[in-house]
Amino acid sequence: MAKPVRAGSGPLPRLRVQPTESELMSAPNKDYDPVQVTPLNADAVAAMRDEAIAAIEAATSLADLKSARLAHAGDRSPLALANREIGALPPYARKEAGQRVGRARGAVSQALTRRTAELQGEQEERMLAEETVDVTLPYDRDPRGARHPLTTLQERIGDVFVAMGWEVAEGPEAEAGWLNFDALNIGKDHPARSMQDTMFIEPEDAGVVLRTHTSPVQARSMLSRELPIYVICPGRTYRTDELDATHSPVFHQVEGLAVDKGLTMAHLKGTLDHFATAMFGEGITTRFRPSYFPFTEPSAEVDLVCFVCRGLEPEVAACRTCRGEGWIEWGGCGMVNPRVLVAAGVDPDTYSGFAFGMGVERTLMFRHRVKDMRDMVEGDVRFALPFGMEL
Amino acid sequence: MRVPVSWLRDYVDLPQDLDVAELANRLTLLGLRVETLEAPGADVTGPLVVGRVQTFEAETHSNGKTVRWCQVDVGETAPRGIVCGAANFAEGDLVVVALPGAVLSGGYEITARSTYGHVSDGMICSSGELGLGDEVQLHDSVHQAQGGIIVLGRDDGQPGDDAAGALHLRDHVIEFEINPDRAYALSVRGVAREAATAYGLQFRDPANGAAAEPGDGYPVSVEDPQGCDVFVALEVEGLDATARSPRWLARRVQLAGMRPISLPVDVTNYVMLELGQPIHGYDKARLQGPIVVRRATSDQTLTTLDGVTRTLDPEDLLITDDRGPIGLAGVMGGAETEMSDATTSVVIEAAHFDPVVTARCARRHKLPSEASKRFERGIDPTIAQVAARRVADLLVRHGGGRVASTATVVGMPRLPEQISIDAQLPSAVAGFPISDAAALAALSTVGCRVSVSDGRISAQPAPWRLDLAAPQDLVEEVLRIVGYDKIPSVLPAAPPGRGLTRRQRLRRRVGIALAASGYVESLAYPFVGERDWDALRLHHDDERRAALRLVNPLSEHEPLLRTTLLPGLLRTLARNAGRGQAHVGLFEMGSVFVPGVAGRPKAPELGVDRAPTVEEFKQLEAALPDQPLHLGVVVAGTRGERGWWGAAREVSWADAVQVARDVGGAFHLAVDVEAAHRSPWHPGRCARIVLGESTVGHAGELHPIVCTAYGVPARTVAVELDLDALMPQAPDIVTAPDISSYPVGKEDVAVVVDASVSAAAVEAALREGGGELVESVRLFDAYTGEQVGPGKRSLAFALRFRAPDRTLTDLEIKAARDAAVALAADRLGASLRS
Repeated sequence: MAKPVRAGSGPLPRLRVQPTESELMSAPNKDYDPVQVTPLNADAVAAMRDEAIAAIEAATSLADLKSARLAHAGDRSPLALANREIGALPPYARKEAGQRVGRARGAVSQALTRRTAELQGEQEERMLAEETVDVTLPYDRDPRGARHPLTTLQERIGDVFVAMGWEVAEGPEAEAGWLNFDALNIGKDHPARSMQDTMFIEPEDAGVVLRTHTSPVQARSMLSRELPIYVICPGRTYRTDELDATHSPVFHQVEGLAVDKGLTMAHLKGTLDHFATAMFGEGITTRFRPSYFPFTEPSAEVDLVCFVCRGLEPEVAACRTCRGEGWIEWGGCGMVNPRVLVAAGVDPDTYSGFAFGMGVERTLMFRHRVKDMRDMVEGDVRFALPFGMEL
Repeated sequence: MRVPVSWLRDYVDLPQDLDVAELANRLTLLGLRVETLEAPGADVTGPLVVGRVQTFEAETHSNGKTVRWCQVDVGETAPRGIVCGAANFAEGDLVVVALPGAVLSGGYEITARSTYGHVSDGMICSSGELGLGDEVQLHDSVHQAQGGIIVLGRDDGQPGDDAAGALHLRDHVIEFEINPDRAYALSVRGVAREAATAYGLQFRDPANGAAAEPGDGYPVSVEDPQGCDVFVALEVEGLDATARSPRWLARRVQLAGMRPISLPVDVTNYVMLELGQPIHGYDKARLQGPIVVRRATSDQTLTTLDGVTRTLDPEDLLITDDRGPIGLAGVMGGAETEMSDATTSVVIEAAHFDPVVTARCARRHKLPSEASKRFERGIDPTIAQVAARRVADLLVRHGGGRVASTATVVGMPRLPEQISIDAQLPSAVAGFPISDAAALAALSTVGCRVSVSDGRISAQPAPWRLDLAAPQDLVEEVLRIVGYDKIPSVLPAAPPGRGLTRRQRLRRRVGIALAASGYVESLAYPFVGERDWDALRLHHDDERRAALRLVNPLSEHEPLLRTTLLPGLLRTLARNAGRGQAHVGLFEMGSVFVPGVAGRPKAPELGVDRAPTVEEFKQLEAALPDQPLHLGVVVAGTRGERGWWGAAREVSWADAVQVARDVGGAFHLAVDVEAAHRSPWHPGRCARIVLGESTVGHAGELHPIVCTAYGVPARTVAVELDLDALMPQAPDIVTAPDISSYPVGKEDVAVVVDASVSAAAVEAALREGGGELVESVRLFDAYTGEQVGPGKRSLAFALRFRAPDRTLTDLEIKAARDAAVALAADRLGASLRS
């Protein structure tokens, strides 16, 4: 197989070394003395040839070589002059003399070609050597950018679920109180509806709040989608917390909802185990603890196997991340409360559902060892840059 | 809820070698969330004994200090000599002595040491030294405040006894965060029941104690049985209210997180902690006429126990007597009828108030109390008589007097209703088989009376489980007792999905494109204030000033929801600059909140017994503001750094406009750019970004005053685009171009136009004039100066022509070029520059 020819890999242009046509032309000489004519003298031709080759070999630069060529292979060179004399020889003598001079000139020409190639190669090497640069010079000429890790983490979570056939659902941040509370079985007198927790939009009786969780997307999904439903809902949420190392009044949640025939707590556990492993790696599974949420029943808190000590003795005892428990709290979950299904127009006798919700900030803190909530909030470019485009 | 483990042991025989962490873990898995574990007294070690001060001599030393040289009997053959600086004890008193070898709170080691001319062979201890009195005062507090030591009561022990036991020094305390559905666990009774379940042990219910006999008692009339279904009033006469609370009782109240105050108060708190029944005690002498439970009328006021005078709401449920309100029912009592040291007759109130009524009242008056916390979650309505009797008995036992033989008992408790479920339901919800027997056993464990027939389980919840109201509630109880850890892990198979929506994909594309161009994403809070509008130089009728206002903003300076992303971005830019990052490009993609100048209708009141109709849902949506997704970009300083290649490039208005073009490009859209005037941009350096007929945003350099107002570098540039206006226009499928392999014809032209003619207009004219042979038109130079004369500008374009089917002749190329220039000349007065 032939090697592919790449652009720029061909031979470099060569110096012209062959005599031109006019240089070769000569007039016949009628007036000659065969004995005294040089081409008949083998020793003389050999001497010319050797002298020429020696001069060519001695050239150390392309300029030297050019001088040598002019002197020994040019129009006025002894061999060229000898060649001219051949035409004046009687026909019987021309052949031998011509061969003799021709061989000599051929040898000189070969020497020239070879030496030219050598000198050109040397010149190229010299030129490349002169072009050497310090390749360690920095070239951070263009600014670097990055996406916020909370954004890319939400996308990553979405991708985990989309790969299972789920879809990413969204809803507005300024949300109807009915969807944020009532439809989720959070009654008018539930403490979560107080000003202690919820940011209300004026006028207060207009029924619009900044959503306190992504759970209203559950109700929206059930009201707007065909059953069965498998959706993951990342988004921004609001509570009246003060900003500190572990809290932010503006934060992100990711909510999951599945409504189908025959869904059970086992499916919920399976989904969350898969999610946990996708987020934190092999061996990181979940534990459920009984808990309470108005919109799920039964409800559970979801703990993760501590990703630092993995709950293994003896490391667990001294583990500061899980405080020796081997588990860390990740989020909440449960089977969708039948009242929630009813308010969203789903028949609870035919369908069941499960739902879960995790803090995205919390997940980012665990997954990337973020130590302070404020780093995610303040927008210091030094925080986002190392995360780049994707998590 | 803080629970001393010693208290649990009163009702459950927990193992003597109990591992408290294990108990906490088991309770956690039963759904009682453990917050902290504490071991009070664990920091005091070594010999701590009861001692009797046999004699002492007071000695005043050269430093002016008087100490007592005491001979203290600590149960040994001879008394020990101990120097003590306190003076609050007498000969014969029992005290607490730390002997050499003991270590006190804070790591203070006791040795026999020389002091004030004696060898002090131990130390007589104060509350503080034992870690008893720093946070909460026990009844030694008066003496302790004077720098005194603990003086034990006569019954507290004999010399040589372990003093830690006499003081109830050591215990374990578990603090729980109780979920709203487990109101019963706001009592030692409730937690003990769960502890018994956790260890499979017998539970002795303290509510099985003696109850107050119904009969004659203090007159009570309940005018609002809806708000108060049970009211028990039991009297105690002849009480010495100054009697000390027994040390064990005060210590438990203290460990449970409440402050020991006086015998009557401590006892009412103790019984509330024990049984979960809030108790209120009235000084009978201060009551005027019968107790009446009713709602408030307008303009009434009440001064509560905390000394605050409150204006009452007609919805408030009150305890009243002849003079008017004397308490907020279930929330807090009034100051006028409060018990004091002079009290001798007490009326004990143990009642059951409606959860919602109590919750609203507590919230209205911003008065969350231990009582309201319990009532609003729902307490056992059947234990009022037992609780009242328990309080009375404890008062009499420790403060003397006698309990009235009968009590006033008004009303009938409302009990939870029986629930019937399909016996298969627990298995169907759990996802693994749970036998009927296991389900029945679990429900019995949590206090239900259960039966099974025809494949259905009937359960009558216990009166303390008012939260059990629906079939799913029973399932949770079954699953909780069987164990959440038994749930298998099964991944459900969702039907095939459609992947991300277009909007979701396009949004990612913008983020990736901007980050790849060197911009960093930030996520600012969406809160702004009027001062932002001023800082942005928005005209008084600028539509962006029509912002939604929060009822309860985090900061009074930022009560509005953003209508533009720029304030947040500029603040973030300033923060970065302040931290030494001056050359920064930031972007944010986020919602803005646009109520519209006309405002929005109110959301309809909808029920939850059915889904809203399509019309109702529309009305709900109509109440919400528009929340379009915006993109904002701010850039300051230079792009990139200076280096061995030369200087860094200064950011300019053109970077901002190019961002807009690039975002359009990311959507396969070619946006148009027009000169515009709009705040907060520089009036001569602002571009309107146009797609078709509609404006989709603006870009350019910020007004210098805006830069100053936000403290960002001069010549900061900014872009704001409405992505929701752009994204729907993005073509779903890009049509492949036809690539011609015939040679390109290149022509450069320089045209001179009036300086007011935009480059975009010239380019458009050249493109249009050149016709279909035009492959591209690219501006490569713009010049103003002498050579073109004042008010003129030279614009040089590289034109490329190509045909799909042939090599263009020179004549064709020239003709196309001439046509291009001709249209520019015709339309814009352009002339070829000679």
